[in-house]
Amino acid sequence: MVGLALKGVGAKYGKHTVLSDVDTDVLNGGVMTAVIGPNAAGKSTLFKRIAGLAPGPGTVVLSDTLKGPETICYMPQDTGANAVLTVYESVLLASKQGSSWKVRDSELLEIDRILQALRIDDLAFRGLGELSGGQRQLVSIAQALVRKPEILLMDEPTSALDLFRQIEVLGFMRSLAAKSGMSVLIALHDLNHALRYCSNTIVIARGAMVASGPTDDVITDSMLRDIYRVEARVEMCSHGKPVVIVDHSIL
Amino acid sequence: MALAAEQLETTTGRVQYRALAFRRIVLICGMVVALFLSVSIDMALGPANYTLSEVLTSLFSSGTVSDQLRVVIWDIRMPIALMAITVGASLSVAGAQMQTILANPLASPFTLGISAAAGFGAALGLVGGVALFPAAVQFMIPINAFLMAMAAALFIHFASTMRGVTVETIVLLGIALVFTFNALLSLLEYLASEQALAAVVFWTMGSLTKATWPKVWITGAVLIFAVPLFARQAWALTALRLGEDKAASLGINVRRLRLHTMMTVSLLAAIPVSFVGTIGFVGLVGPHIARMLVGEDQRFFLPASVLCGALLLSATSVVSKTIIPGAILPIGVITALVGVPFFFILIFTNRRRAW
Repeated sequence: MVGLALKGVGAKYGKHTVLSDVDTDVLNGGVMTAVIGPNAAGKSTLFKRIAGLAPGPGTVVLSDTLKGPETICYMPQDTGANAVLTVYESVLLASKQGSSWKVRDSELLEIDRILQALRIDDLAFRGLGELSGGQRQLVSIAQALVRKPEILLMDEPTSALDLFRQIEVLGFMRSLAAKSGMSVLIALHDLNHALRYCSNTIVIARGAMVASGPTDDVITDSMLRDIYRVEARVEMCSHGKPVVIVDHSIL
Repeated sequence: MALAAEQLETTTGRVQYRALAFRRIVLICGMVVALFLSVSIDMALGPANYTLSEVLTSLFSSGTVSDQLRVVIWDIRMPIALMAITVGASLSVAGAQMQTILANPLASPFTLGISAAAGFGAALGLVGGVALFPAAVQFMIPINAFLMAMAAALFIHFASTMRGVTVETIVLLGIALVFTFNALLSLLEYLASEQALAAVVFWTMGSLTKATWPKVWITGAVLIFAVPLFARQAWALTALRLGEDKAASLGINVRRLRLHTMMTVSLLAAIPVSFVGTIGFVGLVGPHIARMLVGEDQRFFLPASVLCGALLLSATSVVSKTIIPGAILPIGVITALVGVPFFFILIFTNRRRAW
């Protein structure tokens, strides 16, 4: 189980600073951490910086000092729709980077297992170009999982999924994290999903971290007003779980 | 019982994948056989027609055939037949990797201006007697063509290294090069004497008739150097088709991969064009035919591109000798006439996406 802490992390594109001063306590493995914030706040940039795909100041500290950046896997929002590849091939190639041409049975069995777990095994030999956006997101999750990361950065993995699939995928990821000890950071726009599935939350706005901590403490009426510019309340539902109820936007 | 059923279920994808891979290997083997047949037929055709068995005997037991047959097959026809397959394979692989790294189905040595630059280089020598490398005036035409093709390829290559330059920009730059070099070529043609004009027109149509063993060795050597380089990057090049972000997220240094590939592709495209002139169609369509047949997993796509290009140009060579008996038509013209109907058949009968 590998935890992750961010110390003064920022990101730059050329001379232009797009993200600065992200500091967190150790985000432990086995749970999900939501990264929330308005559009263009810097959530994807933060993920790219953590994964080493964007330059910038600060340090990404892994709790297990013997582990390197290869334990971190960044999952972008989409996977190519133009490639003339089947779903199965696209997942296979995600697992084979840097290795030989030979494909072992054990590698194929692992792909079968992941596709079945995500319930997309019926799509296995369909072309990527034939899939809907939501189906491609599920393929993207499969491509990430097949690499067996210890820290997984998921960039809006449910944005194109229907409600049933959103709940199914998030529930699956939460139980997978708990079972495997994987640390999952997940960018979300639906704050109710963050409240329901994520133990911790990081709030990013205008290229800086605004808050970080346990989700129940971070998602508050005042945060919703200040960051999202909406008049909203966090209340307990009939099942005793917190939900965000939005009244109106603040003009 | 339940466990056995579950195990059976989890192996379904594996079995299907193995069957798919096997089908592709069979297809590639079939293309090797077709290529061998095409090359043999190509060598049998000419002013003196030989039977296929005479050609095969000459190939595998040259001591038992007449001197005349041996000389015709080994010294005259084989360089042309092998030039067809090395040039076809080189242009097709160059096109395949250009399309891969630029994520553009229109990318090829022809559409990125490399062939047009070579044509202009050759015309400089043919019309103005200008040798870009004066130390080897006797090889002025191919060297001029090569230097201009490399200059165009390196321009594209260095443009692609500049910050902020996208793949779309590179394709636009290539198209701009095509127009520039074609305009310069037209200017030279306008100024050329009647004899020089005929030579330029013939060169730009592409021809295999001047193939020699040294040219075959050079083209073949570049191909043999390039293909293993691409093969080593097979998974990474395949992943590039999932998009830059996805490829980078899989640990691929996209910028470096693109640069290395572009450098190799430049060489692969410039050498054949400098020897045989402008043959546009193979580099563009060879990879598309390969893609429709085996998909884009580079472990299959790379050999299929090699074979499609080689087969396309070899078959074209056969057709160019048979349309008008006794005459060999320019291969650059015939390539499209042979390839287009086949390409149409594949497009209209293939239910899978081609791009």
